[in-house]
Amino acid sequence: MIQPAADIPVWAAIAVAFFLLVGSGLALIGAIGFLRLPTFYERIHAPTLGTSWGIGGVMLASMIFFTVSSGRLVFHEILIGIFVTVTTPITFMLLARAALHRDRAEGNGNVPDKQNKSQVATDVLVGSGSRDV
Amino acid sequence: MSAIILFTAVSIAQLMLAAAMAIASVRMFRGPRAQDRIIGLDTLYINAMLLLVTFGIGTGQVIYFESALVIGMLGFVATVALAKFLMRGEVIE
Repeated sequence: MIQPAADIPVWAAIAVAFFLLVGSGLALIGAIGFLRLPTFYERIHAPTLGTSWGIGGVMLASMIFFTVSSGRLVFHEILIGIFVTVTTPITFMLLARAALHRDRAEGNGNVPDKQNKSQVATDVLVGSGSRDV
Repeated sequence: MSAIILFTAVSIAQLMLAAAMAIASVRMFRGPRAQDRIIGLDTLYINAMLLLVTFGIGTGQVIYFESALVIGMLGFVATVALAKFLMRGEVIE
């Protein structure tokens, strides 16, 4: 059995339990969505549930618990929160671009074509519908 | 009273996070293509990190925080390297 190190007041225990359950529940929902969604480009959205408020909830719970139980301000968990919040969009954007590149290279028909930048500029100038390719 | 609340919440959170890790590893083994497996690995280490922080709350020790920080940093580097490999065919050009 797990024994909490210090006896903390009931309101702090309720707050810790609430944020802990919210965070882990969101992580579980994100994982279920990641399993169930049909295509890769839909699937890539689901785990961000766990990396935004899943991380946030668990880190808030940890901050509240250690602040109350040790009697001083403890907020170094925010390091993990900031780090994951900054790095997750980079990771998923790189992965989505890699997947798009692979789909285009293999000729899967359900991804958008690569747009030529000068062609787009011409379209904007002339008006839409003038592309004849 | 507060020990009972904390124990219940930590146990339920650990069960949920373990289920999330199991689901992510299912997708990692079954995923139709390589990018699905990489995102499965990403979800797996994020949930393992959350599970370590939850262990830290349950036992009241600060050392779990440091291992969670290390897992987060190494996992980010690993996922970026794998995505680079999928994109270009090599990691360091």
